Amino acid sequence: MSTVEHRFGRYGGQYVPETLMPALTELELAWAQAREDPAYRAQLDGLLRDFAGRPTPLYRAVRLSERLGRSIYLKREDLNHTGSHKLNNALGQALLAKRMGKQRIIAETGAGQHGVATATVCALLDLECVIYMGSEDTRRQAPNVQRMELLGAHVQAVDAGARTLKEATSAAIRDWVTNVGDTHYVIGSVVGPAPYPALVRDLQRVIGDEARAQILEREERLPGRVVACVGGGSNALGIFTAFLDDAQVELIGVEAGGEGIDTSRHGAPLTVGGRAGVLHGALSAVMQDEEGQIVEAYSISAGLDYPGTGPQHAYLRDSGRARYEAVTDRKALAAFREVARLEGIIPALETAHALAWTLARSDGDLDLVCLSGRGDKDLAEVLAQ
Amino acid sequence: MSATATTGIDRIAQAFTASAKQAALMPYLMGGYPTLAESVRIGEACVGAGADLLELGVPYSDPLADGPVIHEAGTRALAAGASIAGVLEVARALSPSAPVVLMCYANMVFAPGAEEFVERLAQTGASGLIVPDLPFEEAPAVLAACDAKGIALVPLVAPTTPPERLAQIGRRARGFLYTVSVVGTTGERAALADRFADIVAHAKASTEVPVALGFGISTPAHAAQAAQAGADGVIVGTRLVRAAGESSDPSRAVGEVVAELAAALRGRPASGVDGLL
Repeated sequence: MSTVEHRFGRYGGQYVPETLMPALTELELAWAQAREDPAYRAQLDGLLRDFAGRPTPLYRAVRLSERLGRSIYLKREDLNHTGSHKLNNALGQALLAKRMGKQRIIAETGAGQHGVATATVCALLDLECVIYMGSEDTRRQAPNVQRMELLGAHVQAVDAGARTLKEATSAAIRDWVTNVGDTHYVIGSVVGPAPYPALVRDLQRVIGDEARAQILEREERLPGRVVACVGGGSNALGIFTAFLDDAQVELIGVEAGGEGIDTSRHGAPLTVGGRAGVLHGALSAVMQDEEGQIVEAYSISAGLDYPGTGPQHAYLRDSGRARYEAVTDRKALAAFREVARLEGIIPALETAHALAWTLARSDGDLDLVCLSGRGDKDLAEVLAQ
Repeated sequence: MSATATTGIDRIAQAFTASAKQAALMPYLMGGYPTLAESVRIGEACVGAGADLLELGVPYSDPLADGPVIHEAGTRALAAGASIAGVLEVARALSPSAPVVLMCYANMVFAPGAEEFVERLAQTGASGLIVPDLPFEEAPAVLAACDAKGIALVPLVAPTTPPERLAQIGRRARGFLYTVSVVGTTGERAALADRFADIVAHAKASTEVPVALGFGISTPAHAAQAAQAGADGVIVGTRLVRAAGESSDPSRAVGEVVAELAAALRGRPASGVDGLL
């Protein structure tokens, strides 16, 4: 059985209350066994194909490519069932929870995409489901709240702090501390204590595995750059992983620049740098003050409005294998509208950050952008701007 | 405290053996709640009412081990301007009266670096440190820094901790073994007192240091049951933080509750408030 990483360089670890440690050990063992079990693999692959609709297409964005004078390919995770890449992870973890005999599922959500994916899978597999969501996010992502409730989940609004993803995650962890015996926590990104960053990456790498094969078939070459947005960073790590050993392929993670990284109103801990810190159980890049208090992030996009990030991203940044830059709200909104008109694709606001980065570049020859989710959920927020 | 070479670890050990109660009483207070000055008065009131040791919480933005009452108190303390420097001054003010054990989340210990943090803590005269999100696998650097200064790095064990792990933690325990009595975060709840004996027996078998029971202990009856179950110490937090928040005279209100808890641990039921919820 291969080992599940606890650390990525110095990042990662398990900074959690003792109550959870046995559950993390149990989860790690279950994952190490499941991922090498042909029966689990067959069940997951079957659902990814027939329920989620994988493989998702790789689409050459014709008018974007014309506009930019180079080939732009979009990996269409927006066409995955429930409208984002989040389902890949939720399916894998819910099947794992079933194997572990856990009947109750909890999850956090920011934009609501992970909450919808988890609620969907719980309906499919007949599992009890509680979704924690900051009350600011239940407001700006109201359609997703309605979807989750329709799917049978209980949506628990969280009023602490800035009432966004950070507090929703903390509330989910506290629930898990209290109900750890019968509950599995389906964390939605490559964050949290080990084994979660490795587990979620393993379940999301299908994005990059498919995309790499697809681009080789279409272009008979690898892309010059792979571009993806990064909040916690699961779609980015999902598409990066297949290209990590292709040294000639640049990997670009795009964080939320909010009102600008020279202000305090952003969600770009990797871009800004600074001292590493512990948030939600892992040591990684994090937005914090001198004393180690975690500070609030800000982004127009609820899914990127998070002061931490996955530990493997911090490692990839330090090692130089991936590069991280920030895109402001304003530029993401412009890209959101531009891609809608040019390509007939309404991207999620999160994804619009990655698209904006690409739109702003005049160099390169072949960009592969992870179109991580669709933007229907964001219409009210965008039209209100 | 004398200026001799008495370490924090020694002071904690002495506090447990010197306690005349059935179990040593360790109230928790949130540093800076409602204010830093009031925290000092609350701590003094606790000692006056019979506390043997004090657990002093550092307010933190993301306290994963805490329930809503202590979380809210921490949020208010931060909003009122509490800083680590301010809370360390509370520790300095209270340490002459009783051994002070600081409860602080890992990221705040790491911010200046473990050695620097522990150095600053030791300079206040505090005796111990509890880091609720630092399981022993992640603790070596902090433990080494604490050992170098005679500060007790107090580990936690939970009802979910399996036997071999309990033994590993018990061997590394300094000061006392913080034994969580319920599966959950801090808070007042009807902890299952009939499980105390089992939990305490397992904890005591794993370690040489005293065993203190905490989380979910809020009434004098609960405290007495913990002592009867064999606990060497009883930690009460949320009930006292709530008392501090509800009263216009927080130190008096907290002192009254501590007096009732102390009376129960002396075998004298306090009037009116006894009984299981």
